[in-house]
Amino acid sequence: CAKNTQPTGTPPFEEEFPDLSKHNNHMAKVLTKEIYGKLRDKQTPSGYTLDDVIQTGVDNPGHPFIMTVGCVAGDEESYEVFKDLLDPVISDRHGGYKPTDKHKTDLNHENLKGGDDLDPNYVLSSRVRTGRSIKGFTLPPHNSRGERRIIERLSIEALNSLDGEFKGKYYPLNTMTDAEQEQLIADHFLFDKPVSPLLTCAGMARDWPDGRGIWHNENKTFLVWVNEEDHLRVISMQKGGNMREVFRRFCVGLQKIEEIFKKHNRGFMWNEHLGYILTCPSNLGTGLRGGVHVKLSKLSTHPKFEEILTRLRLQKRGTGGVDTASVGGVFDISNADRLGSSEVEQVQLVVDGVKLMVEMEKKLEKGESIDSMIPAQK
Amino acid sequence: MASSFTRVISGRNTAVMLAMGAGTLTSGYLLSDNMEAAERRRLYPPSADFPDLRKHNNCMASALTPGIYARLSDKTTPNNWTLDQCIQTGVDNPGHPFIKTVGMVAGDEETYEVFAELFDPVIKDRHNGYDPRTMKHPTDLDASKITSGFFDERYVLSSRVRTGRSIRGLSLPPACTRSERREVERVVVTALAGLKGDLSGRYYSLGDMTEREQQQLIDEHFLFDKPVSPLLTAAGMARDWPDARGIWHNNEKNFLIWINEEDHTRVISMEKGGNMKRVFERFCRGLKQVEHLIQERGWEFMWNERLGYILTCPSNLGTGLRAGVHIRLPLLSKDARFKKILDNLRLQKRGTGGVDTAATGDTFDISNLDRLGKSEVELVQLVIDGVNYLIECEKRLERGQDIKIPSPVPQN
Repeated sequence: CAKNTQPTGTPPFEEEFPDLSKHNNHMAKVLTKEIYGKLRDKQTPSGYTLDDVIQTGVDNPGHPFIMTVGCVAGDEESYEVFKDLLDPVISDRHGGYKPTDKHKTDLNHENLKGGDDLDPNYVLSSRVRTGRSIKGFTLPPHNSRGERRIIERLSIEALNSLDGEFKGKYYPLNTMTDAEQEQLIADHFLFDKPVSPLLTCAGMARDWPDGRGIWHNENKTFLVWVNEEDHLRVISMQKGGNMREVFRRFCVGLQKIEEIFKKHNRGFMWNEHLGYILTCPSNLGTGLRGGVHVKLSKLSTHPKFEEILTRLRLQKRGTGGVDTASVGGVFDISNADRLGSSEVEQVQLVVDGVKLMVEMEKKLEKGESIDSMIPAQK
Repeated sequence: MASSFTRVISGRNTAVMLAMGAGTLTSGYLLSDNMEAAERRRLYPPSADFPDLRKHNNCMASALTPGIYARLSDKTTPNNWTLDQCIQTGVDNPGHPFIKTVGMVAGDEETYEVFAELFDPVIKDRHNGYDPRTMKHPTDLDASKITSGFFDERYVLSSRVRTGRSIRGLSLPPACTRSERREVERVVVTALAGLKGDLSGRYYSLGDMTEREQQQLIDEHFLFDKPVSPLLTAAGMARDWPDARGIWHNNEKNFLIWINEEDHTRVISMEKGGNMKRVFERFCRGLKQVEHLIQERGWEFMWNERLGYILTCPSNLGTGLRAGVHIRLPLLSKDARFKKILDNLRLQKRGTGGVDTAATGDTFDISNLDRLGKSEVELVQLVIDGVNYLIECEKRLERGQDIKIPSPVPQN
């Protein structure tokens, strides 16, 4: 090796290429030396690099059974500058979505059919969440303290101007009292400093808890997380099976918030190809996860359960959310898709699919067969 | 890694500037793509980015003022390492009310110069008033100067000396790219392959070792793990694990080198029993040979006469040396004067698992407190004299005799 007392010129990209031989995530499957070589000298206008995009996927080889995404965006431009990597990742993750495809946004809750009659004996709670990024700022993996604080301030001002059913209050993480903290935990509202290495390796926990907080309305049915994994996470929820009402409140609340931002010449990051721009490529499009906690003790042990879910374009999680186990036969059932179909379409799938599965559960309770009810692939 | 001040805030092409008003949405604005540096500074002055350190208790938080932050936040080292990157670990880890952590790291050798306005007071705080602007650090690796380096083995179970070394010209673990880290591994492993005699040995790459090798290294207490401490992970030292990390040890298993953990290299000499003189002799000999072998190929260690050996954490500057023993002190450890005796001898106690562990039974890890301002020989002699004193105290207590707190060892 030659003498080297000064930083050298850029080493050949092969020297820099990560060892992905033990990796199982979307980034590792897509990233070749050619793509790396082509992109490694590029930067977004805010200085985000390819190495920044993929760090979380390099540091977290993944799970043999669960395919994580393995890359994040540092800003809106990441999806353009690094499209040679992110387009194939998006295609893999979102069912073959092409770089030329267009995504439809539909937040008109009146377009949803039904959804107000899910049996509350089975459907314990209903919830819809999404994320929003404020245009003109970099995203949580990359933003500075100054940016994060402005995002917080803008969000608080917007949320505090809501009224009626949306009137509420903001609780900053770093100044909440013990009593407030306990209440928020009891309400299942409080989010913690991320411990998952998927998030920490992407730099999203920097400066915690500076600029982070939770806002919720007085009824505790509409909730916003500020500066966790995305600028904003917006959640509408309530006990029981009235998904229609949850979705109405979701759409109305989101649109009110967006109007306020637009009035001050701020918008949400959105384009007609990728829909709403969020930190993780898995949340592009609608960023929407609409779901229920539903008792399916019999159906969940049926040999065709997984297949039914797949055909209905739904996924199951434990009642603690992603990466948790089901407790007492109660599952979190939600839409699997985010990109390529609209909000109304995705929630429709949840409403129709859950209704069908509850009917199947009732049949199984009576000892009857459900073979004739197995749906075709949606 | 990007530095915050190179960011340009992009927005819509219609450059609409709304009036700035504190606390209103009209403090939002859109900017044209070409933003002048002055505009950038106006939008995000250093005060906008100054960290909230009100709940913090570490050396960085004690030293950092808005003025220092403002003067340093635009600077970078030649490798583009920034102040924010230095202090991130201290911002993310407020600290412990009783233990004062350092709260900042260096990304490269130049860090200590470019950000001297912050590093100098932190170094002073951590190293008993050592002033890098006016003082010189002595380096002395001549083990022949050591006296009385053989402890009573009824008390001393093992002896160990460790330090770190950084390869000049390559960035440090918080900042290094994968290719730099691999270069460190290549340079060091190549040099180690040239060691002979009692120092000859082999390298075990963390990524390639077999399960059997791994178990062997664990049993011998040689294996280091991926860092879990948030002090280290928040500083970026665990990136790309286990790429280019590994352990080298000699066949006799008493000279060991960690590659690319918290520093480029950590060099350890150890053995069971109380022959600290031999442990130090091997330590010095091995270090000098490794240095010679890398110099043959045109490389050298990071060192200067103000700060001694340059390492990632400011707490390890100077000698980077921790010389210690595992020692049984059943009576002395229960004596109320134990802590004061240790303090005056400039020694510290740790549990037998190392830093932040508890002692098992009556066995302690006793080592030097200081790193900077005294030479290797001075520090090891200080440990030897101190441990001998502790053993004398233990023996006196065994005989029912009283013990005395020694006068404090002279400072810098």
